[in-house]
Amino acid sequence: MSVEFRKDLFADERDDDLNEVGKPTRRQDILGHVTGRSPFFDDHRFDGMLHIRCVRSPYHHARIRNIDTSRAETMPGVVRIMRGADVPVNLNTLLSLLDFGKDDEPVLAVDKVAYKGEPVLAIIAESEAQAHDAVNAVRVDYEELPHVLDVEEAIKPGAPSVNLTYPNNKFEFYGGTDKQKLRFGDVETGFARADYIVEGRYQMAPIEQAPIEPNGAIALPETNDRWACYTSTQGLFFTLGTAAKLLDVSSSRLHFIGGTVGGGFGGKVDGLCEPLAILGAMLTGRPVRYVLDRAEEMQVSAPRSAEVWYIKDGLASDGRIIARQFTGYFDSGAYTRLTSYGVVKCTGHLPGPYTIPNVQSDLYCVYTNRTPATAMRGFGVTGADFAIERHMDKGARAVGMGPLEFRLINAYRDGDMKAHRRLAGNCALIESIQAAAARANYPLTSEYMQMSSSQGGGGERAQIPATRLQDGSELPAGTRRIAAADHAPGLIPQVGVDVPVSGKPSTSATPAAPAPAQAQTQFAASPAMRGYGASSLGQSAPPPAPPPPAATPAAEASPPPAAKPQGSPGPRYSRYSKIGNRRR
Amino acid sequence: MAIHKGRGTCAMNYPIGMNLGGDPSQALVHSNPEGKFTVALSSIDLGQGMKSVSRQVAAETLGVPVEDVYVDTADSDTGPHCMGSFASRGTHRVGNAVIAAAKEARAIMLEAAAEELEVNAADLVTDGQGNIHVKGAPGNSISTQDACNAAQFKYGQSVSGRGIFLIPMSDVDPDTGEMSTVSCFAHTAMIVDLEVDDETGEVSNVRINSAYEVGRALNPKLVEQQLIGGAWMGLSHALYETTEPYYPSREHRPYSFSSYPMPGPGDLAQHDISILERPAPDGPYGGKGTGEMCANPVLPAVANAIYDAVGVEMDELPITPEKILRAIHEKQRQGA
Repeated sequence: MSVEFRKDLFADERDDDLNEVGKPTRRQDILGHVTGRSPFFDDHRFDGMLHIRCVRSPYHHARIRNIDTSRAETMPGVVRIMRGADVPVNLNTLLSLLDFGKDDEPVLAVDKVAYKGEPVLAIIAESEAQAHDAVNAVRVDYEELPHVLDVEEAIKPGAPSVNLTYPNNKFEFYGGTDKQKLRFGDVETGFARADYIVEGRYQMAPIEQAPIEPNGAIALPETNDRWACYTSTQGLFFTLGTAAKLLDVSSSRLHFIGGTVGGGFGGKVDGLCEPLAILGAMLTGRPVRYVLDRAEEMQVSAPRSAEVWYIKDGLASDGRIIARQFTGYFDSGAYTRLTSYGVVKCTGHLPGPYTIPNVQSDLYCVYTNRTPATAMRGFGVTGADFAIERHMDKGARAVGMGPLEFRLINAYRDGDMKAHRRLAGNCALIESIQAAAARANYPLTSEYMQMSSSQGGGGERAQIPATRLQDGSELPAGTRRIAAADHAPGLIPQVGVDVPVSGKPSTSATPAAPAPAQAQTQFAASPAMRGYGASSLGQSAPPPAPPPPAATPAAEASPPPAAKPQGSPGPRYSRYSKIGNRRR
Repeated sequence: MAIHKGRGTCAMNYPIGMNLGGDPSQALVHSNPEGKFTVALSSIDLGQGMKSVSRQVAAETLGVPVEDVYVDTADSDTGPHCMGSFASRGTHRVGNAVIAAAKEARAIMLEAAAEELEVNAADLVTDGQGNIHVKGAPGNSISTQDACNAAQFKYGQSVSGRGIFLIPMSDVDPDTGEMSTVSCFAHTAMIVDLEVDDETGEVSNVRINSAYEVGRALNPKLVEQQLIGGAWMGLSHALYETTEPYYPSREHRPYSFSSYPMPGPGDLAQHDISILERPAPDGPYGGKGTGEMCANPVLPAVANAIYDAVGVEMDELPITPEKILRAIHEKQRQGA
């Protein structure tokens, strides 16, 4: 292993004369970690602590006819059996905290189960072994239902309905559409002009996040009618908010303690254990511990979603990609969790780090009778990038170019328009390719070694093309519909070296100073910003920072908005504050 | 029956922070009477070093030695809101919130120093070693400890600051997918060399050369650890891991690490890395985030190298020896 820092690259954009930043300082917590003394959630023990094990579905899809707990209730150590009816709000979707999607998943299944391993009952006992024994004594009478496991089968007419909230097995995206669309230019025209067409199908596997420490929580009654919860969550307030909603209590009555977590990789965002542990503490008045075992962690906590991809490229004989079309199916499993978010994030990532004048994508979040998928390292991107970068090699072969040369001539550069209608900036794909090639003695000719992210972009490449929509109509060139001063230079101040920092958005409705030429921006979203500023930042907000130097355009900047069509969605900034309003 | 050598490449970028924004993080910074600072967060350290990076960013901004700063996280009663540790957002979002909070605390510390030195606070600089002095006149100085002490015991000022970083949430146009995604991107390119045994389908002797552009390596050792560990996970995704080996069938699922293969120490690839730093205009000291991107390039680069070695298109993950052998046999059958 050797690591080198290429300080020669982008040196003019960087001040390396700092005191602490850039130093290989030893971690604050490393002594605790290597001596086994850092307190993780499961290092806490309390007198009278109880344990939860869940009764889980043995079927992919089944109706629950009857649940007989009579024998389990009388078994040694069993304190309480929790059913779906015991959960105050037994239906949730994680992203309701961001007002995205409909509640679709119970904590404990009531009428039917939709995947093998879905929890039906939670048994609380004096010991984990006693809870385990009681689980085996529960008799659930299931009526097996037809199931579907293949994403492309699941969205055909007549497929079994996996998820009652979305009976067609497709999540509903913005505007109620059954897929997330991306339209930029007209791929059909591009394909017609292409010298080569390259098509491929790709498949991403479901993968376990595999943290050493499994998902878990220990909840206990605190004084003052509150509950404490020691947790392995990756999002402390995210999980606290989820628990407060499901348990119908004010967030002020929950006290979450965590922060030192034994790996997450996306697998500890779903709040699988905290709500049931707290509910157990509420119902028994005693400390309750709920930790997944390794088999549960592997098969019934959520994996990375499987994905199926189809990509079609139209290539010019000189190696330029002139059209790229995607169809993708994200396997969400039985419930939404976070897959819908991954689909939208992926859409914003397409067509990869390349400047392509015609791009089309249709991505589906599909329900199947398998364990719900969730976030994992590279969420929404890893599978797409596998497909894209496999496809890039096939394209390079089709046009007879070297694989890195093919990537270099298509690489995005500062000032280029991306398919989601925002300008690129702060690009470094070309330099990364050159540096890797140098490392591996991959022979790039001087023509390719002289390319630069900061040269050759913009101009024609900055234009938003006329765009063919799904209904056949054409959107004029230059059209923008989303008010988006969000990331404009001057609004989000540059932070760090030698620049006064406010660290928060200016409450000003206009830019403090002219934006860089490549990222000229109008500030269409000011009403919401004013609203946010008034409520949260107060009148004492520091003055806006000066804009970043023109040599460094913001990585993602908005072009000037075109005429805004009537009926387009307005900015919605107050989503999170809605939560506060809903709670007591 | 032979060993075939192959080389595969790829290039990628990665978005930093939650797509569409709307994911704030907050920080509170305060000093005790001896000028020792606490940064209160509710952010999660998953092992990636979030606490350490926050600590260095706070020390840099405050102008005090890193030993004078400790990071306390995560208790919902004392730490202000943070969306969470995911989406490669910790360094970028939390780092910016910490800078904002530290700036506010620093300003109060400098005001007290200015009173003590009877100069204008705007003329003061910190040396990062625990001293505040007049710009160009290092002799006219006061320690950060004395300044913080004076602020609290003489002037009745709390040496503290609040910080939040938010990119307001973007909407999405349903017809075109227009959206403001994120504000900055990290980059990578990778070249993988490996060997494929056409008798067993096994891949071995993987050697990786890579470049990662990270904005700024706030702690180069932590960056190095992320990149090496991430590439290990990428190799595991490429060749070994899945919870459903015959997806979409649910047969033959693993339930423990003994049936869920991952690379062991002997399977670690030789990995040589070049790190590039093009500071993000809105990143803390230019920092982006490497946590997620670093696993991604290995997957296609390995698949592309396998094609180069034995001429089979491996388009479904993971690329097990079984899949390679079946593809080689199919290719031979078609050729025969």
